[in-house]
Amino acid sequence: MTDEKNSVAATLPVLTRKDFVSDQEVRWCPGCGDYSILAQTQKVMPDFGYPRENIVFISGIGCSGRLPYYMNTYGFHSIHGRAPAIATGLKAARPDLMVWVITGDGDALSIGGNHLIHSLRRNVDLRIIMFNNRIYGLTKGQASPTSEFGKITKSSPYGTVDYPVSPLAIALAAEASFIARTVDTHTEHIQQTLEGAGRHHGSAFVEVLQNCNIFNDGAHREFTDREVRDDRMLVLEHGKPMLFGKDRSKGIRLHGHQPEIVTIGENGITEADILVHDETDPLIAFMLAHIYWPEFPVPVGVVRRISRPTHDELMTNQIEQAIAGRGKGDLARLLASGETWTVEGDEA
Amino acid sequence: MTTVKEPPAGTRQLERVTIRFAGDSGDGMQLTGSQFTRTAAVFGNDISTYPDFPAEIRAPAGSLPGVSGFQLSFASTRIHTPGDQPDVLVAMNPAALKSNLGDLLPGGALVVNEDAFTPVNLNKVGYASNPLTDGSLSAYNLFTVPISTLNARASEGLELTNKQIDLTKNFFALGLMFWLYDRSMEPTIRWIDEKFSKRPVIAEGNKRALRAGYNFGETTEIFHERYVVPPARLAPGRYRNITGNEATALGFVAASQLAERTLFYGSYPITPASDILHSLAAYKNFGVKTYQAEDEIAAIGAAIGASYGGALGITGTSGPGLALKSEALGLAVMVELPLVVIDVQRGGPSTGLPTKTEQGDLLQSMFGRNSDSPVAIIAPATPAECFDMAIEAWRIALKYMTPVVFLSDAFLANGAEPWAIPDPGDLPHIAVPNRTEKEGFYPYSRDPVTLARPWAVPGTPGLEHRIGGLEKSDVIGNVSYDPDNHHRMTVLRQDKIAGIARDIPPLDVFGAPEGDLLILGWGSTYGAIRSAVERLRERGLAVSHAHLRHLNPLPANTETVLRSFGRVLVPELNLGHLLMLIRARYLIDAIGYNRVRGKPFRIAEIEVEAERILEAMKVAAR
Ligand code: SF4
Repeated sequence: MTDEKNSVAATLPVLTRKDFVSDQEVRWCPGCGDYSILAQTQKVMPDFGYPRENIVFISGIGCSGRLPYYMNTYGFHSIHGRAPAIATGLKAARPDLMVWVITGDGDALSIGGNHLIHSLRRNVDLRIIMFNNRIYGLTKGQASPTSEFGKITKSSPYGTVDYPVSPLAIALAAEASFIARTVDTHTEHIQQTLEGAGRHHGSAFVEVLQNCNIFNDGAHREFTDREVRDDRMLVLEHGKPMLFGKDRSKGIRLHGHQPEIVTIGENGITEADILVHDETDPLIAFMLAHIYWPEFPVPVGVVRRISRPTHDELMTNQIEQAIAGRGKGDLARLLASGETWTVEGDEA
Repeated sequence: MTTVKEPPAGTRQLERVTIRFAGDSGDGMQLTGSQFTRTAAVFGNDISTYPDFPAEIRAPAGSLPGVSGFQLSFASTRIHTPGDQPDVLVAMNPAALKSNLGDLLPGGALVVNEDAFTPVNLNKVGYASNPLTDGSLSAYNLFTVPISTLNARASEGLELTNKQIDLTKNFFALGLMFWLYDRSMEPTIRWIDEKFSKRPVIAEGNKRALRAGYNFGETTEIFHERYVVPPARLAPGRYRNITGNEATALGFVAASQLAERTLFYGSYPITPASDILHSLAAYKNFGVKTYQAEDEIAAIGAAIGASYGGALGITGTSGPGLALKSEALGLAVMVELPLVVIDVQRGGPSTGLPTKTEQGDLLQSMFGRNSDSPVAIIAPATPAECFDMAIEAWRIALKYMTPVVFLSDAFLANGAEPWAIPDPGDLPHIAVPNRTEKEGFYPYSRDPVTLARPWAVPGTPGLEHRIGGLEKSDVIGNVSYDPDNHHRMTVLRQDKIAGIARDIPPLDVFGAPEGDLLILGWGSTYGAIRSAVERLRERGLAVSHAHLRHLNPLPANTETVLRSFGRVLVPELNLGHLLMLIRARYLIDAIGYNRVRGKPFRIAEIEVEAERILEAMKVAAR
C-alpha cells in the first residue's frame, strides 16, 4: 500500500482548498489565530497529492484540538496530550496514510511532553503542528509551559514562578528530523512552512506562534506585527546568510560560539561575515532554538531538516526481513513449536 | 507411550509427586524447575507449576528476601494445581530451608546442600545452631548432600572459574531428582547443548553437573527407593508444555490470523506482563508489530491508533499500568473501537507485590474510569486457556466494537501445564469486514442486533468522518451537548455490553446442577476450587463448582445457577470483588473467602471453608 499513493494521486481529480473544508461550523472565538492556521492548512492540503481519505488529522485537547472537525478528512479528536501516541500507532499500522497531529503548547509540552519527545526521537512519519499561544485558552486563561516567567494569569495572580521551555529546543533534544517555526497570520510563510512539513519524510515539528485574542492577546505582537517584523524576526533560508531588517542590513555573526547581531557596512562587516544557515548543522539548530526577542530577532522558517529512516519503515523492514529469512509465519507450526509429545488414542 | 509398565525393582509407583526447588535468586532454581517440568511433560505426565520468585533481581546472596522457589506437581492422573504442599523440598541454602520448610509435609523428603550450611550463612538468616545436625529436622526425611563439593569435583580439569562451576550446581540437584524419579536426562542435555552451543566449556560443565547428580543417586545408597510416576491418561492428541504468558501471546497471534488483520502490540515493560511483549516481538514473520512505548499511556494510545487504522490493537500491562491507562480506555469506550487490554494482575495497591499473584483488578476493570464506561471483561482459568480466551477477546472486540479487558494474573502467567495443541482449522472464524459502503453511512449508526457501530477505517473513500472523546450525537456522530442525546448514548453503550450475554456460553456447573453449596470462582483459582470440589464430592457432599470466564457481562444463566444452591461461596484472591458484583447484581447473600497473600489458594483451605459453611447450614437447619 505504501507506494501506491503517488500512482493513485496521478489518477485522481485535482482537489482544491474547498475539498478539505468540512460541513462543521467553526467555533473558535472571532479573531482567533486558529482561523488563519486552519485556512492555510486547508489551502496547502491538495499540494501533497494524497487522496482525501488517506489523510488523517489527530488532535489532543485545547482550542487547537477542534481543528480535525473542520477538515474534511479522517479525524480523531483524542485526549489531552496523547495525540502523538495515537498517531504513532496509526502510522505503524497504516504506513500508507498521511498523518497530521494538531496540538497546543499545553497539550504538547505539558501533559503530553513525553509523547512529543518520543514520537520525535523515533522519527515517526508525522507532521506535528503545535499552536503556541503561551496560555491555556480552552480552560480560560491559566499559565502554560511557554508562558513568560512572572506572567500574571488566573492561576498565577502574583506572576508565575516557572521558567518557560523552548519548544524548538525540546524538538531538537528529541532529534526531530524537521523543526520549523512560523506565525499564524504570516500567510505566505505559514503556507511555505506547512508545505515543507508536509513534504518531509519523518517527524516534522512546527511551532506556530498563534494569537489568543481572548486570554493572551498580542502574545507575539512585539515582533510579529507588520511594522516591526522585518527588524525583529529572522527568516531562515537554507544556504543563505542570516540577514534581517527592512533593508537586510543586519545579520547574525558567530563570535567564537556566541551569536551576535552585526550591521553590514559597520566596522568593516560584509555579507561574507554573516553566518550561513545550514538545515543539517546541529550546532546552528541549537543556537537558533535558543535565540529570541528581545535579545535577538526571532528565527522563523526551517531550523533543521535531515533525512533518516522513519519508524514505520524500520518496522516494516524488520518484518520483511523476518519473512525473507524464516518464511511467512505458519500458525500450525508456531503452535506446535518447542518440545511436543503425542498421546495415542487407543490408550485413553 | 502411555503404556504403564511394571515399576522396575527398587522403585515404587506413585500417582502424584510435588517437588519444590528452592535456593538463592542466583542459584538458577527457575531453570531447574522448568527443566524438570519439560522432562515430566514430554514423558506424558500431567503437570502444573508454580514459580515463585522475588521482585529483586539479585537480593543479597543467602538472604531470606533472595529466596527463589519453583514448585511443580506431576501426576499420572489429571491434576489442576501445582500441589498444596511439596512431598520433596530441595533447599540449596539455609535461607531456602528456613523460608520453605513450613510448607513441607511431615515425613516429606528434604534434600539439602549441606555445603551451604556454613556459620556465616546460618547466621544471615538467624539460625542459632545448624538445623542439619541439631535434630530440629527429625520430623522430615532428611538427605544431606555436599552438592557444592561433589559438583566442583565433577568439573575438575575444565577451564572454568570456581564461580562458573558453582553456577552449575543446580544441575547437580536436577540430576539427582532425575535419578530419584527415574527420568531421562536427554531433554535437558539437548537443551544445554543448544543453549551453550557457542560456549562448549560451559555446556560441558553443566552436563557434568547433571550427570554427577544422577550418578550420585545411582551409586550412593542414601535413597533407599526410586519412584515412578506413570504417564497420565490425557485425551489423545499432540501436547506441549505452556505457560499462561506464552499461551496469551500465541492466542493473539492466532486471533490476528483468524481476523485477517495485523496484530499491533503496544506495551511498556512491567512485571509480570513483559514476557508477552518479548514473545510477540519475536513473531515478526507473522507480521506482528510490537511497540515498546515510552509509558503505559502511550502504549494504549498507540494500540487505539492501530485499531483506528484497522489493526488488532492490543496493550498489555499489570495493575498499576491499568490505572495509568484508564483515561485512554475511556476514550476507546467513547469512540467504540475494538481494543484488547491484557492485565496480568499482581499484588497491589501501588507497586505492591510485583511478582506475586492477586485478583485485585476486577473492580478496577469494571469501574476504574470516569462516568459510566462499560467494557467487556474476560478471564482465563488456566495457563493453556489463555490461548482460547485471547481469541475470545478478539471475537467480542470485533463483533461489538468494544474494548475488552483480559484478566490474567501472575500465577497463570508463569505457571505451566500441558496443552493439547489445536489445529488452526478448528479455531473459530472471527473476521469482520470494514465498512466500505458509502450509502447510508453514519459513524454512530448501529447494527440492530449487536449495537456495534461501523468500522470505517481511514483510507476508505467517501467515509471521511471525525471521532473523538466528546459526546457524539446518536447515529450522525457530530459533537453533541444535547442532554437527552447524552442519556441515550450512555444507555446504548451500556446495552451494547450487556447484550454480549446473549452471545457467550452459559455458566457451566461441575457436579450436580443443584445442591447445598456452589463454589463460584473466576480466573486462576480454578484449579484449587476444582480439586477441592472433587474431594468434597468424593465424600458425598452436595457441592458443585462454577467458574466464570466472562465477568462483564456475566453469562445469562448466572442467577439461575446461583439460585439452585443453598449457599454460594466465592473464593477470591482479593477482598471480595466478584462477591460484591454478585451481591449487588442479584441480591444473593453469597459468602466470600478472601486471601491476599500473594499466593494461589491451597486446595485444603477451600475444602475446609466449604466444610465450615456446610456445617453451619446443618446447624441452622436443625
Ligand atoms: S480562547 Fe483563545 S485560542 Fe481559544 S479559540 Fe478563543 S481566541 Fe482562540
